[in-house]
Amino acid sequence: MSHLLEVRDVHGGYHKTEIVHGVSFTVEHGEFVCIIGANGCGKTTTLKTVLGLMKPTAGEVLIDGKSTHDMDEPELARHFAYIPQAHTPPFPFNVADVVLMGRTPYVNRLAVVKPDDRAIAWRAMKQMAIEHLADRPYTALSGGQQQLVLIARALTQEPDLLVMDEPTASLDFGNQQLVLSRMKSLSQAGMGVVMVTHDPDHALFCADKVIVMEKGLVINEGTAGEVITNDTLRQIYGTNVHVIDVEIEPGHTERVCIPL
Amino acid sequence: MQNRTGSVTAPDFSEEYREAQKALDKKIPLGVKLGIVAVLVIMLFASFALGKYPVAPDELVKNVAAQITVGVYNLFNDPDIVISDAANTALFNIRLPRIVVVMLVGAALSVAGAAYQGMFKNPLTSPDLLGASAGASFGACLALLLDMPNYMVQVFAFAGGMVAVACAVWLNRMVRSDAILGLILGGILVSTLFQSGTSLVKLMADANDKLPTITFWLMGSFASVSDGDMKAVIIPMICGFLLLLLESWKLNVLSFGDEEARSMGIKTKRVRLIVIFASTLIVSCSVAVSGIVGWVGLVIPHLARALVGPNYRALLPASMVIGASYLLLVDNLARLLATVEIPIGILTSILGVPFFIFIFKRNQKGW
Repeated sequence: MSHLLEVRDVHGGYHKTEIVHGVSFTVEHGEFVCIIGANGCGKTTTLKTVLGLMKPTAGEVLIDGKSTHDMDEPELARHFAYIPQAHTPPFPFNVADVVLMGRTPYVNRLAVVKPDDRAIAWRAMKQMAIEHLADRPYTALSGGQQQLVLIARALTQEPDLLVMDEPTASLDFGNQQLVLSRMKSLSQAGMGVVMVTHDPDHALFCADKVIVMEKGLVINEGTAGEVITNDTLRQIYGTNVHVIDVEIEPGHTERVCIPL
Repeated sequence: MQNRTGSVTAPDFSEEYREAQKALDKKIPLGVKLGIVAVLVIMLFASFALGKYPVAPDELVKNVAAQITVGVYNLFNDPDIVISDAANTALFNIRLPRIVVVMLVGAALSVAGAAYQGMFKNPLTSPDLLGASAGASFGACLALLLDMPNYMVQVFAFAGGMVAVACAVWLNRMVRSDAILGLILGGILVSTLFQSGTSLVKLMADANDKLPTITFWLMGSFASVSDGDMKAVIIPMICGFLLLLLESWKLNVLSFGDEEARSMGIKTKRVRLIVIFASTLIVSCSVAVSGIVGWVGLVIPHLARALVGPNYRALLPASMVIGASYLLLVDNLARLLATVEIPIGILTSILGVPFFIFIFKRNQKGW
């Protein structure tokens, strides 16, 4: 039985500078994987290589046991959906149009949008509870709403795997929590998720598996509880952190990081 | 959710399905569509009727009807019979080619401007960003300097535009930085180079004879448009239009940025090359027949966006129709405002400024 995603000893980087020196990990259906590490450790390069935006200089990325090496953009887009940080495009597209753009890898040469495409987009919007925004200009939404629209657009691609690069970086506290909990419920519904994050608390909140990267290598891998420890965080971020379990109510504890 | 395409069994008339069509299948209001087309029809009739030889509306209708009748008659009978009176000559030998070319150029500059604005993610982009106009000007000036016949001036202008943009694309390949940044940089460099070339040609031109011709050509005009011009540009122009219209969906996605577009399945390099090729083709054709007509490609896409929204599906056709109407209007002004015809490039620039301020104020919240 093959894994949903298998990253096999991938090397990659820009031009002649290798940034990632042999990274391997796997993701299963319904698994939420977080990649953490300091700035410049190769998280984003790893992600771009997984997405096929950068070709690996060595190694291989497999989706459902199939190598992505020879896949063209539309085929890659049917397997992977990328959720970027919300940013404002130059033109005020309607939310409906933005979500329907997720059908790009499926439409024909004339890009005819069929009723089925709209049904798929609509279902994705319902999942993100943004139906009421359909007619609003995307540019006029709050950062959190924009992020939900981008997730709906990604779901409209009907991917096997959702890939996110610090999706919450520009959001306020409430919107961060909103986006993370929606992502968590997607993963619980069976979607594979890979998320790069700079915040170990986010990994503690939603990750089934945490991959710790340093200097282009995976230095630790396991459940959030196993991996996110005082020692690991001190090693990768170079700062003293205290990881503790907090009892919120009897029988319910959450683990949090407190920088010292 | 996990279904792949096709697994939504058609026809599915569930509540959700109908909801989806209602919420996501947004059409441009019929009134807006009809309005845009009506303006073009009115401008078209006005352009036929107005001029040094005014044609009354009833005479216009009669002549058009007669022309069609003769055309149909000629198809089956003797092709040598022609109706020949002054009105007819003015309408079909002089005004018709001019009107067609004006419409083509208006549509071309507008649609290319709209496409570039999306591709370069910048609402202030005009279709000569990559040096098409600068190259075409240089080509035309060189041909004028060398005393070439009129059709060679057009061939040189067309070739100059294509070569300049090819250079910009090639420079982008050389620097291999961010594709959009590299193209803009290439465009600036190539434009500068060809503008210097144009200045050099002007310097060498005879100040009594050739220099005025060159200067006048650079101001842009449809005064000398002939039947032959129309026939020369109509096919490549239509090809360029079709290529751009085919990419309209992809232009939507491309305006979100290169990596996002690729992750949604767009072959961004190929789309960019197609859009650049098609835009340069139609802009070079435009410059070849009319000289430099500025500002149309910057202003009209914004007007179109204000009317039909930013979706390129509607925006490109709307830009074409509105651009055609607008240039017909300005060309009529150029013909009729003074006893001597005013070069149209001057008028489009003068009109462009207030027009742009108006749209800018209106659209300030978002383009």
